Amino acid sequence: MQTDKRTSSKSPTRVLTVVQALREAVREEMRRDERVFVLGEDIRIGGSFLFTLGLLDEYGPERVLNTPISEAGFVGLAIGAAIQGLRPIIDFQYGDFIFTAFDQIIQQCTKLRYMSGGQVSIPLVFQLPTGASGRGAQHANSVETVFFGLPGLKIVTPATPYDAKGLFKSAVRDDNPVLFCVHKHLYGSKGRQLAASSISRGHVPDDEYLVPLGKGDIKKRGSDITVVANGLMLHRSLNVAEALESEGLSAEVIDPRCLVPFDADLVIDSVIKTSRLVIVEEGNERGGWGAQLAAEIAGAAIGYLDAPILRVASPNVPIPFSPVLENAVIPDESRIRNAILEVMDH
Amino acid sequence: MQVLNMRLPEIPDVAPLADYDAGLLTETYRRMVLIRQFEMKVNELFLQGIMPGTIHLSLGQEASVVGACLALEADDVITLTHRGHGQALAKGLSADALMAELFGKETGCCQGKGGSLHIGDMSVGALPAIAIVGASSPIAAGMAFAFKRQETGQVALNFFGEGTANKGDWHEALNLAAIWNLPVIFLCENNLYGVSTHITEVMAIEYVAERASAYGMPGRTIYGNDPIIVYEAVRTAANRARAGAGPALIECLTYRRGGHKRDDPGAYRPQEEVEAWFKTDPIPAFRDRLLQDPRFSTSVIEDLEASVKTAIDASVDLAQASDTPAVASALEHVYAD
Repeated sequence: MQTDKRTSSKSPTRVLTVVQALREAVREEMRRDERVFVLGEDIRIGGSFLFTLGLLDEYGPERVLNTPISEAGFVGLAIGAAIQGLRPIIDFQYGDFIFTAFDQIIQQCTKLRYMSGGQVSIPLVFQLPTGASGRGAQHANSVETVFFGLPGLKIVTPATPYDAKGLFKSAVRDDNPVLFCVHKHLYGSKGRQLAASSISRGHVPDDEYLVPLGKGDIKKRGSDITVVANGLMLHRSLNVAEALESEGLSAEVIDPRCLVPFDADLVIDSVIKTSRLVIVEEGNERGGWGAQLAAEIAGAAIGYLDAPILRVASPNVPIPFSPVLENAVIPDESRIRNAILEVMDH
Repeated sequence: MQVLNMRLPEIPDVAPLADYDAGLLTETYRRMVLIRQFEMKVNELFLQGIMPGTIHLSLGQEASVVGACLALEADDVITLTHRGHGQALAKGLSADALMAELFGKETGCCQGKGGSLHIGDMSVGALPAIAIVGASSPIAAGMAFAFKRQETGQVALNFFGEGTANKGDWHEALNLAAIWNLPVIFLCENNLYGVSTHITEVMAIEYVAERASAYGMPGRTIYGNDPIIVYEAVRTAANRARAGAGPALIECLTYRRGGHKRDDPGAYRPQEEVEAWFKTDPIPAFRDRLLQDPRFSTSVIEDLEASVKTAIDASVDLAQASDTPAVASALEHVYAD
C-alpha cells in the first residue's frame, strides 16, 4: 500500500495529521476502485485544506475534476453520476458553500432513492470543512448541525487522524450520501491552525483498516461523569478532562464520531456507569445534535442520572468576526469545565 | 401586454411519411394516443374523486415527448418533470405500473412512494421524476458524465419547461455539460406558461434556445406538435452526442390543453391564443398524416385506438384491485444497505 509521500512509511509510530491521513484514504480508495473520482473547486492545487494535494498528478484530470464555481451544478452532476454507477467525492473549499446546493441535497440526494421505491442508490461523499476559524459568519457554520434532522444522509465528524482515515474509507464504500465534516482547526494543513491537544496528531497504521460508520469511541475512560463531544469540541473537552484528572475527577470522554447514525448505546452504557452527562458541540444550541441526544438519554436512562443533563453549545447567533467575540461565542475550555463542575456539584 | 402576437403557432411544412418505417410511425401514434387517453382517464378519475393527490396533465404535448423518446435508444435515460405522465409513457413505462402509482398502490412503479410527481422506472430508462423546476438538469448532466466516463454510448435527455430556463441549476447544468462535452440533450417543452405566467413576462429574449449559444452548444427552436419534426431533431442531437460532440438544446413549441393542474382552468390565457393552438392538436394532425399514407387505413388506426382504450381501462381495474402498500414500507428505502 502506497503512503503519502509527505509522511514516513513503515515507521512503528507513524504520526500524521488529519489531512495527511485523509490524503492517504482518498488515494487508497481511488486505487482500489476505478469508479471513485473527486471533483471540486481548485482541487488541482489541493483545495482549501490541501485534502487533494498531489492527487491530480497521480490520477489525472479524468478522475480529479477541477470545477467551475458552481456548487448546485456539480452537486447535481455528482448525484447523476452516482445514480449511474460512479462513486463521486465532492471536495468543498469550505463546507459553508454547500448551502448554495441546498435543493440538490435536501430534495434530490436524500429523496430520490426513497421516492423511487429503492430503484436508485447514491454513493456520494461530501468532504466539508466545518466550524469557526476566524473568518466571520459566512465561513463559520457548523454544517453538520444544519443537516442533522434530514433523513437519507449519513453525517460523520471525525476528530483524529486514525478515525479520519478509517471513517473516510468507510464513507467512500458506503452506498449512501455521506457528509464528512472535518473541523477547520483539525486538518493540520500547512499554514492552518491546528487544535492543541494530545490527539490532534496521532499514529496511523501502515496496514489498511476501516472504522465503521455509526460506532462511537471512548477517547478517555472515567467513572465520575460522561462528556460527549465531537470535532474541535472533543479536543477541548479532552484537555479539560485531562486537567480535571489531576484534580481527582475522573471524566469519561466519548467521541460519537458519527452523528448519523448515532451510537447512543455507547453513551447510555457510560451514563449508567457515571450517572452524569455533559454534551458539548460547537453549533448553535437550538436544534443541535446534543438536544436529540439529551432527549434520547432522558428517555432511555433518566433513572440512572443523578443530575440534570447540561449542554454546552454556541448561543443562537451567527458567528462574529472579532476574535474576542468569536471566542465568547464558541464553547471554550472554561465553559466546558464549568459545566462539568456544575453537574458534579449537583 | 402583447401576449397575442407572441408564439402563435406557425406550422411548418412536414416531410412525407413515406420515408419512415411503418413500425416507427405506428408506435409514434400509439404512444401519443396512449398518453392522450391515459390523461383523459386520469382527469375523469380525479373529477370523480376516485384518485388521490394532484395531477399535472400533459394533454396537448404528446408529440414532443413521443418524438423525443422514440429518437432515443432503449437504454438511454430521460429525466422527467412534474408534468411527467406523458414523458414516462413515451419512454415505455407501463401504463399499468403508472396508473397504480397514481393510486398509491403497491404495484405502482415506485411502490406507491412517489405518486404522480415522482413517477419513473429505471428499467426503461426513466429516472423517477424530479418535481423541483431546474433540479433535474444537473442530474441529467451527471448521468451523461457517467455514460461518458464508462464509455457506454448512452445519452441522457433532460425534459424541462420554458420556466426552467430562468433557474440557476439549469444554467449551471448547461455550462458543466458544455465544458465537459457531455452526451446530454436539454429538451424544452415550451408551452408558453409557467403556471399562469407567460414567457414574455419573465424572459427578455424570444426563444429559450437562444441561451444555448451562451454556453457554446447548438440550440434549435422547433415546432413541437409534430412528432416527426421532434424525432429528427432529437436523433440528430443524440447522434452528435454519441459521436462525442457534446450537448445540445432543443426547444419544442407546444401548448397545454388544460390548466397547470387539475384545479386550474387556465383562464389567464387569451381565448384567441387558446383557439389558435388548439387547432394544432398533435393527435388529429398526425392521424390525418398517417391516413394520407397508403400503408395506413382507417380500420387499422381505429383498431389501434380501441386497443389502447382497452389497455387503459384494464390498467384502472388492475390499479383499483391492487393492494395498498404495507404501512411498514413507509420506513424502507431511506438508506441503501
